[in-house]
Amino acid sequence: MTLPFSGSEAVLPPALLLPLLIVLPALLAALLLLPGRWSLRLVPAAAVLLVGLVLAALFAAVAESGRVTAALGGWEAPLGITLRADGPALAFLLLTALVMAAILLYAAGEGRERREARILGTLLLFLWAGLNAVFLSHDLFNLYVALEIAGLSGVALVALAGGATALRAQMRYLLFATLGSLLYLLGVALLYAELGVLDLGLVAERVERSPPALVALALMTLGLLLKAAIWPLHFWLPPAHASAPPPVSAALSALVVKAALYLLVRLWFDVLPGLPTEAAWQLLGVLGAVAVIWGSLLALRQERLKLMIAYSTVAQLGYMLFLFPLARPGSPVAAEAWQGGLLQMLSHGLAKASMFLAAGAIVAALGSDRRAALAGGSRRVPLPLFALALVGLSILGLPPSGGFLAKWLLLRAALEVGQWWLALVMLLGGLLAAAYLLRFLLPAFRPVPVGEAAARIPSGAAGAAALGLALLSVALGLGAAPILALLAEAAP
Amino acid sequence: MIAGWLYPLALLGCALGPAVIILLLGREQVALRNLVNLAGAAIKLLLVGATLWGVYQGQTYGLRLPLGAGLELQLQIDALSLLFVTLSALLWFVTTVYAIAYLKDDGEQRRFFAFFSLCVAATVGIALAGNLLTFFLFYELLTLSTLPLVVHKGDEKAMAAGRTYLRYTLGGSALLLLGILWLEALAGSGSFLEPPLGMVALAQERPMLLVAVFALLVSGLAVKAAMVPLHGWLPAAMVAPAPVSALLHAVAVVKAGAFGIVRIVFDLYGVALTAELGLGLPLAAAASVTILLGSLIALQQQEIKRRLAYSTISQVSYIMLGAALLSPLALVGCLVHLVHQGIMKITLFFCAGVLEKSLGVTRVEQLDGVGPRLPLTMLAFSVGALGMIGVPPIAGFVSKWYLGLGALQAGQDWVILVLAGSSLLNAAYFLPLLYRAWFRPPRQSWPEPAAGTRWEAPVWLVLPAIFTALAAIGAGLFAAFPASPLEWARLIVEREYGTP
Repeated sequence: MTLPFSGSEAVLPPALLLPLLIVLPALLAALLLLPGRWSLRLVPAAAVLLVGLVLAALFAAVAESGRVTAALGGWEAPLGITLRADGPALAFLLLTALVMAAILLYAAGEGRERREARILGTLLLFLWAGLNAVFLSHDLFNLYVALEIAGLSGVALVALAGGATALRAQMRYLLFATLGSLLYLLGVALLYAELGVLDLGLVAERVERSPPALVALALMTLGLLLKAAIWPLHFWLPPAHASAPPPVSAALSALVVKAALYLLVRLWFDVLPGLPTEAAWQLLGVLGAVAVIWGSLLALRQERLKLMIAYSTVAQLGYMLFLFPLARPGSPVAAEAWQGGLLQMLSHGLAKASMFLAAGAIVAALGSDRRAALAGGSRRVPLPLFALALVGLSILGLPPSGGFLAKWLLLRAALEVGQWWLALVMLLGGLLAAAYLLRFLLPAFRPVPVGEAAARIPSGAAGAAALGLALLSVALGLGAAPILALLAEAAP
Repeated sequence: MIAGWLYPLALLGCALGPAVIILLLGREQVALRNLVNLAGAAIKLLLVGATLWGVYQGQTYGLRLPLGAGLELQLQIDALSLLFVTLSALLWFVTTVYAIAYLKDDGEQRRFFAFFSLCVAATVGIALAGNLLTFFLFYELLTLSTLPLVVHKGDEKAMAAGRTYLRYTLGGSALLLLGILWLEALAGSGSFLEPPLGMVALAQERPMLLVAVFALLVSGLAVKAAMVPLHGWLPAAMVAPAPVSALLHAVAVVKAGAFGIVRIVFDLYGVALTAELGLGLPLAAAASVTILLGSLIALQQQEIKRRLAYSTISQVSYIMLGAALLSPLALVGCLVHLVHQGIMKITLFFCAGVLEKSLGVTRVEQLDGVGPRLPLTMLAFSVGALGMIGVPPIAGFVSKWYLGLGALQAGQDWVILVLAGSSLLNAAYFLPLLYRAWFRPPRQSWPEPAAGTRWEAPVWLVLPAIFTALAAIGAGLFAAFPASPLEWARLIVEREYGTP
């Protein structure tokens, strides 16, 4: 892999790149608090540019050596703090950067009141730092801290909408996010008491199948399932995601729930793969299957675009859980299911962020996200609707899109090991997704209602952000080779 | 000389490019839009010409794009794909001319033509697909790009038709996808050129699995090919504007399904394996049922476009019938009918569009005495209708002749009865139309053509119909010439299965 930056290790040692990814957004967030109009435009742009450069350099380093490890302050584990980036981590860092870039672009075009824009920008950058920390941390406790930074920024962001509904949703979100973290922390404490180490590598080495370790795994899993909104612990997600401002909904649905799920995958596959029983791996698959059907059916009943998108997240998260039964250690199809499952997380991230931004642009233009308000949309808001239709491909699992490749790999893996029921759930999920998406897309072809202007309403930066991500989600279906290669590096 | 891998890309680009450009152009830039559209269609015709010559000389063109995790996209130009590409290139050009005239006053032309081009690009992709993954990609692109065309009018009826269309086609896609992935899971991945390695072993050890996969694949494809009982979406989709119906019935959706089945039988399973597994007879039976039932229902339709729709259901199944008989002559009949049905059916739909647009005639009984008022249009219509019945020397006769010979060659004499019965039914539902048009007195006085024109109706609606009608006669009359569809079909069968 040759990149324009492949020489940059000479300037910065790869190990220094990792802390930069966490420190940069956090520092820039502080800069946003400086007075003056310039900081509102300049800081987000600088954040995207700088993190982008660091990621490019890191990409080159990971491509060369497979993984990059940094021991902060030169202290090795168990004393010091370790950061580590391997292929999947890098892929998620890239996803976060792309989605954040689009979200910040959207926010810049929103024309918010300045004080509010400052708060939004600061929180988004903190969220970014927290997410990067989740993907890079190599230590159970630091992961807790990173999750909390991301989670609490998320809660604060949801509150930006104001209003009674939002407040109720926010309280509920806060409650369950905290409960999830608490359960995770309990599990960490139990493991620490048992093993005396927190570094993921050392835990993996020392852990044995014992009652405390099993209880710890159960607690951590429960906490993370709650934070990732996996059925039946999903109920807090739709109201919270649907009532938040569009850039916030996008960040929550595309990234924050993914971070918890990513951590769950790491725990089960890298750290404690010997602990879960066969039935436990399968159980997560069952939860995923119910989530796919349940979430889709509820999405089918929504009359508001944003709620439909939020329930679709509940359904799509389900597909990601198929990773567990199909790629579990010893499975003959582990490699392809692993790549498929992680690719599903990545492509859903792109797709869902684009959908929420498109929905935001539509609400801004038409004043409502009710189904009836979308009549004539292909004429009035063509750009956001086109974005919505494009990412619809990924959600449905139709080509060309990342979601298609992901579902292709998962479905084939399921058939190869004879898990027919999973394959059928995936197909049914695709058909239901078609149904709930088209309920909102088809009215766009109706004529514009009498008495309303038929002119096109420009969607500006919002439309561009949504369409950019939508095109990326399609491109991921055609140019997935380097990403799949990254994901394959850490395959079980 | 252009590099070989560029040909498939260029063929796709000819339709994909205009689709993107049209979306970027403004709503009001009509002249530029039409220019881009026609230029794309014309360049494609030239490219097809060059490729035809190359493939005739024994060249193959291909392109591979790895997607990661062992998956890849494959485009491949062989004689079979070129048969379909040529048909689509020719009819696309004509239909574009027709559509520009037909939709002159429509407010949503930009959207229409963008998706129209996308639809054609998808058809080319289906023809060029070198493996099942690529085939599925373009097959679904076709499903989705057709939807805005079906719901174009935007009224309640169009919406309902769109929903019906999707319910059927996406259901079919799910079956198809399941079949594809099951085959890959059982036998490994392969292409149409090199079928999966595991298939031979599987055929010996667990042949029933291959039969099940075949059933899934074919029933998935049969939805688009509108085989009974999976045909319900096609008559509903008749609410679309006439050029859409023309394209849908002649080259796009319906043909994509039929072409897919031909690919499965010819290249994925291969004639030998299909015969060995005993898959021919059930498919032939299903096709025969569709042929007869489609015609019987057509007989009861009083709306012209609906009658034509059921006629399509019946006629397209000739293709599947030929493929299922598996004898060389039947295969020739199957391939040549793929082209012939397209030319004849598009003529009929062009004429139906003229009738509706210029005289408001949509029902059978309104046809009385329309012949003298629209002589050229009804002449073209008559050619299409007689061709469908199988009257020589029009193209349809050649198809039926080869299918009949092929049936005898395969030892399936009963098929002759199906063919004869179908021809009778075709005559029963087409001849009354011709009789009414030419021999009955008009019920009312027809509106006069627009002042200042010598033509009976807008000229760019009439000329395409005349052109395709002449093509239908030409394909039959000059069937023995080297460049005819028949000779090309023989070339395909000869190359892959020895002399017919």
